[in-house]
Amino acid sequence: MTTADYERAPHVGPGTPSHAEKLERIWETAPGFYGWLATVDHKKIGIRYIVTAFAFLVAGGIEALVFRVQLAWSEMHLLTPEQYDQMFTMHGMTMIFLYAGPILSGFSNYLWPLLLGARDMALPRLNAVSYWIYLFAGIFLYASFAIGFGPNVGWFNYVPLAARAYNNGPNIDMYGLGMILLGISTTVGSINFIVTFLRLRCPGMSINRVPILIWGTLTASAANIFAIPAVSLAFLLLWMDRNVGTHFFDVGAGGSALLWQHLFWMFGHPWVYAIVLPAMGMVSDGLPVFCRRPLVGYTAVALATIATMVLGFGVWVHHMFATGLPGVSLGFFSAASIIIAVPSAVGVFAWLATIWTGRPVFTTPFLFFASFIVLFTIGGVSGFMTGSVPVDWQLTDTYFVVAHLHYVLIGINVFPVVGAIYFWFPKFTGRMMDERLGRWNFWTMFIGFNLGFFPMHISGLLGMPRRVYTYGEGMGWDWLNLVTTLGSFLFAAGVLLFFWNAIRSLKHGVTAGDNPWDAPTLEWATTSPPPPYNFAVIPKVATRHPLWEDRLDSGQGAEQSRIHAGMALAHGREALGTTPVDAMPNVILKMPGDTLVPMYLALSMTVIAVGLALVNWWVVVVGGACTTASILAWLWPQARLGETAEPARETADD
Amino acid sequence: MTEETTTALPVGAMDTRASGWWAMIFTVFTEAALFAYLLFSYYYLAAQPHLPGSFPEGGPPSLTLALPNTIILILSSVAVAWAQLGIERGSRGRLVLGLGIGALLGLIFLVVQGFEWADKPFPLSSTPYSSLYFVVTGFHMAHVVVGVLMLLALTWWSALGYFNSRRFAPIHIGALYWHFVDVVWLLVFFTFYLTPHLGLSS
Ligand code: HEM
Repeated sequence: MTTADYERAPHVGPGTPSHAEKLERIWETAPGFYGWLATVDHKKIGIRYIVTAFAFLVAGGIEALVFRVQLAWSEMHLLTPEQYDQMFTMHGMTMIFLYAGPILSGFSNYLWPLLLGARDMALPRLNAVSYWIYLFAGIFLYASFAIGFGPNVGWFNYVPLAARAYNNGPNIDMYGLGMILLGISTTVGSINFIVTFLRLRCPGMSINRVPILIWGTLTASAANIFAIPAVSLAFLLLWMDRNVGTHFFDVGAGGSALLWQHLFWMFGHPWVYAIVLPAMGMVSDGLPVFCRRPLVGYTAVALATIATMVLGFGVWVHHMFATGLPGVSLGFFSAASIIIAVPSAVGVFAWLATIWTGRPVFTTPFLFFASFIVLFTIGGVSGFMTGSVPVDWQLTDTYFVVAHLHYVLIGINVFPVVGAIYFWFPKFTGRMMDERLGRWNFWTMFIGFNLGFFPMHISGLLGMPRRVYTYGEGMGWDWLNLVTTLGSFLFAAGVLLFFWNAIRSLKHGVTAGDNPWDAPTLEWATTSPPPPYNFAVIPKVATRHPLWEDRLDSGQGAEQSRIHAGMALAHGREALGTTPVDAMPNVILKMPGDTLVPMYLALSMTVIAVGLALVNWWVVVVGGACTTASILAWLWPQARLGETAEPARETADD
Repeated sequence: MTEETTTALPVGAMDTRASGWWAMIFTVFTEAALFAYLLFSYYYLAAQPHLPGSFPEGGPPSLTLALPNTIILILSSVAVAWAQLGIERGSRGRLVLGLGIGALLGLIFLVVQGFEWADKPFPLSSTPYSSLYFVVTGFHMAHVVVGVLMLLALTWWSALGYFNSRRFAPIHIGALYWHFVDVVWLLVFFTFYLTPHLGLSS
């Protein structure tokens, strides 16, 4: 054994057709059902994430429409109070945890390697396991609702209402254990994003050249790995309080109910930013394409993204202003909640300046991205208002807060996401979505949303509390609620138009070509849809906008990006690892291929959760043993992956 | 298709260039956060009003078993570090031996912890303190179990000759986790065994 066995100077050259064919053989997923279960291709996983998250959006939307009918007029009795409680809890939980987070993971999974000029995520198997756990956790979370015992105390599940004494069914346990599973999925996904960022950027992509979406997802991921343990722990402690007799939250026995609130919101508020920052990133990257110029203030926006997240860890107490905490603490957290408006404003001004100084093209994605700025501003202002303690005392637990959170979540998540689908659909599928239907889609959603949710500000100011299953006749809230319900249905119709457009365009859309929008970043340098290996040769970039260099940095011997010639890396599944800051070539990584182990692992962990829900230790032990076996199989060092002393056999033909 | 070549690059999972190494660093971060929240819960509940003598229940805990056990755990980290240096110098014997000793000391730690648990005069469901004590040390023991399993697997793989002085990334990755589990114990130990002697009790 010599040093040479573990080193190789990669060939550099143009990507010829025969080279591409060879890569295709190496990278393609096996056909059939096996391939469907075993794939680790980030593009397939990304699409799965997106489709699954939309399915949950539909579920959560139907729940909302049902209770909007109930609230349309005073004294309605479509739902019993218990059913209403389950409905709004499932709605909040579904939207926040099963739709808003995962949909962004889906986009990032699909787009990251393409944006970074890489062949896959750094840890493809971890990517697969992250999806499977998400799917199983989602099914698990819906299982108790399906048998009539849905969680019923709101998505933040406050004790003592969530304690055994007041909630004796399987509902709270299923919610908690499902959340722990989902937390594992999000955590491993986040680790994967961070490692991919640090290791797989193509040569030349120093950290000041990555697209803003990368910054958004990276910051969210970093926040997740610190925030998620808080909520997973809180749910586990609650499970123990309920099932094995501990006293963490049991005030009667010396525990503390506020401990729950602290642990929940230490996670909860950073999470709220985690489900908006990547969406803002998509706007920061997509909007400039339709303004025909680079984003104004790239560095400011990237730094503002990080600043928002850092401050986001210091504001959790603003969800607890009305719990009787000491004044100093209120003052501090109120200040932090108000200061956080500053980095948000940086983003708004950057987007406005981009539109102002650009030459806007009014396509459907542009409409969605631009309307996001409006909705974000309205949601930001109402948030800023409740960030102030006296205002919050007046408005907390009213429909004002419901209006605020929907402007933020629908405005910063749903609108950018729909715009992003219009924008990247041609890359995902090779076809364009219909533009005329797109406009109908946009205006229905936009008008429906504002019609439905703006009046909630007023019903809130008039004192209508949230989470009530009905209200008295004389309260004077009837007309406002009727308008809200009508608006909600119009909004839902808009979302339906969107799905209709997407499904129809899959078959009948105009063929897109590689770069239909004439956009500047690397994903548009591949075919639509991209081949399994993404890039035949590893690109080398010299600027933030490799495909716009001819018009932006022309002349004066400016360094040019090189996309169609570069390292070939075709001795099996290979990717290039680079250094964390400057992205200099550092190592040739051996990448894993199709495998069922991630799915087995996810299943085994779900079995543990089922065992804990049933409080049946045998099931837990079986699940634990299967989990251990899957992990062992996963980590067993393989020569093919360059993990053992035996040098990987190199194929002879290059 | 050779037009030009670049300088040679290492191939595969080499030392700290392995993706798994980076993944373990961030796994350690998230685990560290988990323990931070556990200890936050301890201090938060400690600061609530309690009946005299109920926090810690039965007065400050004795160090008779816990202190020697802490030393055992530290020694196991030393053994693993010795194994790591060994394989970097190409000594497979030292690698197997060091990892094996590390795993064994980890097992001893678990057994002693078992005695410590059995010794406690209160059950899990007695007070918030008893809940905290068993849950936090239990969390840590679960991590030790995972760590010992990992060390055993690594010992086995080392004996099979999977690693040499260039290819040993899995050793460093596993060892990083093990060192973390030991450092966390010091924090748990400080919180549960030392702070009550320093006056944090009621
Ligand atoms: C058709 C669309 C939607 C309608 C009509 C709707 C309507 C509502 C209403 C009326 C409430 C208040 C229920 C109550 O307090 O009694 C509510 C709560 C909530 N909604 Fe929506 N919503 C929609 C979409 C969304 C989306 C897309 C998200 C997130 C991305 C979302 C997140 C939430 C959350 C987190 C709550 C709080 C649940 C709780 O109080 O525990 N909603 N929704």
